[in-house]
Amino acid sequence: MTKMTRRGWITVIVMALLAVLPPVFYLTGHAFYLDLATRLSILGIATVSLNLVLGYGGMVSFGHAAFVGLGAYAVGIPAYHWLYYSTGDWAVSGLAQIPLAVGITALFALLTGLVCLRTRGVYFIMITMAFAQMVYYLIVSIEEYGGDDGLVIDTRSELPLINLDDPLHLYGLAYVSLVVAMLLVRMIVNSRFGMVLQGAKGNEERMITLGFNVYAYRLVAYVISGAMCGYAGALLGNFTTFISPEMMDWSRSGELMFMVILGGTATTIGPVLGAVVFIVIEEVLSSFTIYWHLPFGLMLMAVVLFARGGLTGLLSRTKGGKE
Amino acid sequence: MSAVLKIRSLNKSFGGIKATDDLTLSVEQGELHAIIGPNGAGKTTLISQLSGMQTPDSGAIRFRGRDITRMAAHKRAHLGITRSFQITSLIMQMSVLDNIALAVQAGEGHSFRFVRAARRVAALRDRAMALLERVGLADKADFPTVALSHGEHRHMEIAIALASNAELMLLDEPMAGLGTEESAQMVELLRGIKGQQSILLIEHDMDAVFALADRISVLVYGHIIATGTPGEIRSNEAVQHAYLGEE
Amino acid sequence: MDLSLLIIQLLNGLQLGLLLFLVASGLTLVFGILDFVNLAHGSLYMLGAFICASLTFLFGNFLWAVLVALPITGVIGYLVERFVARPLYTRDHLDHVLGTFGLILVLDTLAHLIWGPAGIAVPLPAWLDGQLQLGETLVIPTFRLLIIGAGLAAAAGLFWLVNYTKLGMLIRAGASNRTMVSALGVDIEMLFALVFALGAMLAGLAGMLVAPITEASIGMGNNIIITAFVVIIVGGIGSMKGAFIAALLIGLIDTLGRSFLDDLFKLVMSTDAAETSAPAVSAMLIYIIMALVLSLRPQGLFPPRTR
Repeated sequence: MTKMTRRGWITVIVMALLAVLPPVFYLTGHAFYLDLATRLSILGIATVSLNLVLGYGGMVSFGHAAFVGLGAYAVGIPAYHWLYYSTGDWAVSGLAQIPLAVGITALFALLTGLVCLRTRGVYFIMITMAFAQMVYYLIVSIEEYGGDDGLVIDTRSELPLINLDDPLHLYGLAYVSLVVAMLLVRMIVNSRFGMVLQGAKGNEERMITLGFNVYAYRLVAYVISGAMCGYAGALLGNFTTFISPEMMDWSRSGELMFMVILGGTATTIGPVLGAVVFIVIEEVLSSFTIYWHLPFGLMLMAVVLFARGGLTGLLSRTKGGKE
Repeated sequence: MSAVLKIRSLNKSFGGIKATDDLTLSVEQGELHAIIGPNGAGKTTLISQLSGMQTPDSGAIRFRGRDITRMAAHKRAHLGITRSFQITSLIMQMSVLDNIALAVQAGEGHSFRFVRAARRVAALRDRAMALLERVGLADKADFPTVALSHGEHRHMEIAIALASNAELMLLDEPMAGLGTEESAQMVELLRGIKGQQSILLIEHDMDAVFALADRISVLVYGHIIATGTPGEIRSNEAVQHAYLGEE
Repeated sequence: MDLSLLIIQLLNGLQLGLLLFLVASGLTLVFGILDFVNLAHGSLYMLGAFICASLTFLFGNFLWAVLVALPITGVIGYLVERFVARPLYTRDHLDHVLGTFGLILVLDTLAHLIWGPAGIAVPLPAWLDGQLQLGETLVIPTFRLLIIGAGLAAAAGLFWLVNYTKLGMLIRAGASNRTMVSALGVDIEMLFALVFALGAMLAGLAGMLVAPITEASIGMGNNIIITAFVVIIVGGIGSMKGAFIAALLIGLIDTLGRSFLDDLFKLVMSTDAAETSAPAVSAMLIYIIMALVLSLRPQGLFPPRTR
């Protein structure tokens, strides 16, 4: 425990670089990199929370983008009402919007989780996908909030001491939130609750005969994960200031899964590395061609067909390591 | 003596095949009751119904006087029933100690505790270590479970069954796949447990059964054809015809 | 409620249901027999539509285009099986999902490269482009009847194939016991490839039938695939009968919900409230039905006995 593992070092170095480099780039006139890092941190919160259910809990959720989208709309819709219907100033306060985002996504996770978690395997994959698509179509059907065309967020969340219109403040919040999310998930998975969750992934029947109500434990994990993604969504809405149903499209959910798998499931840093690699791939490939989904899709297939254990697996494979 | 477990007229069919056929049986307090029977006699189906993984078509299961016929599996565990699996059912990715600690944790009631790291809870670790010592695996505590031998896995199963302090242990072929020496160790281990807890033992290994059991029931095609002391069963003609004679 | 509108919407619902069945039957067949989750099944539907569109312009005739496009989608299905699906059979479902998700990105982008970003309208021959005047307000496009006819014929053909042919017998046997079928000396790899190609052709056919109505477009496959998932979840994954009944159910509920829910809502609430809530509820209707079915029967309406 006292000796740091190679993976531990990678975690510390990556997070230290993320703390220092983006602000330095920004202050030396490269605002673009701060933008990238902000998006990365927000995506990181989403992948870290997806990892709680996918990596540690073995629940293959293909609908996590819906939580992110709902979280973003929980910022956008009150802001819209504030602007056009003169709703009170609380509607643009982050102290109202963020709890709203977390609360709504937790509720949505609870209601859908009650149904999804009664099922196993492929059923679970498809049902999480279907419920996410339900939210997608729901938002599309509400013309008031822009439907298909999306919604511009005119006013960012107002928070005490933090000015989200300042890119450095926004990044600071996103980065700190990411670190907190990582620590939170780490704490949860190491707790007694987390041991049950991981045990149920390894051998569900055994856990049930031991007396654990596996369904309830999974449901709680699913709700925590959904609520954390909702928080990430609230930040994403503030970052992009434009939200649309496209944020919840199932290919977004697929990308989140890809990041977690690529980075390495059931590790602290894996999901963040996955997000880093995804953003780098996206930036590099899309600068060459608008058809960047073609090489990206091929890469994804290559990772699935040839690389097991993801990126973290490759990085921490030390000399004496197994496999 | 009072009966811990009472099974009355239990029936279970799968697509016309009767896996459990009007089965009646009891396990007394502190008794080791063994069930023997040829392959396909419905032994595992019986255990599954007792532990709640399958629901009987009809009949009743009573545990300490309480009807548990249709009770959810995890609730039965809280009442005091524990089972071991015929096919080793451990969490292979976890360490040996973690496996046992989880079983100890199960006895605490709920585990919705999110803050303290489970591996730092002394109460869980110490109890788990004590159990590993009891089954002779203390030196393997930090090994990944997958690295242990089959015989050691069977011992882990017993440690897990012991962890819950359950009143009734359902042991599904604990000797399955063990060599002669390993079987002898297992018999010794079970002999040490016997008397403290009531045990329903399902086993193929005749030597083990006759060495350990207080009573033996013979199961053939889902129906119990005889129950008695090892001596009675040995001399029972119907049993010899249906089962022992075929070997 | 207007009776002719009701009849028209019933026919539309039936049409959607049959198209859903064509897509869902392939999915459920592949899953039931190969235990393989193919997210890219919707891309085969899209490719069917695009290939048929190009061939329609080449031949100047829609029907010829369909006849030639069908075996082409079958071949594409075979190639997908051979190079993507087959190496993944032994892996877990997560790998299936991720691998075929990558395949979707590849196929969608290829379609984008070949056919461009805009949709392609598919012209119909004059005799199919007409309308049937059945009453003063009851007008039914001839082509919609053709879709319904073709859908029913394909469904009947599939039932015949699965239930009354040697291939169907092997498929059913393979679904319940893989080792037994290979022990019988059947080339199981060839059987799997055939099943996959058959599924691709069914999805492709659905795409070809829908193209003259909606155009062939890039995202079309990704929209229908989720609805097809809902269908096979409700029907019971692996069950052909379940897929058929659930497809019609979902097709009808979705279509009728979109057209009549506001009228129904107006009976119990104000016109304003009904007009704002009805679109939202009808958008979610089939998912709510799915949740209801699952909370009563987690394995779907017709769970296959083998699973």
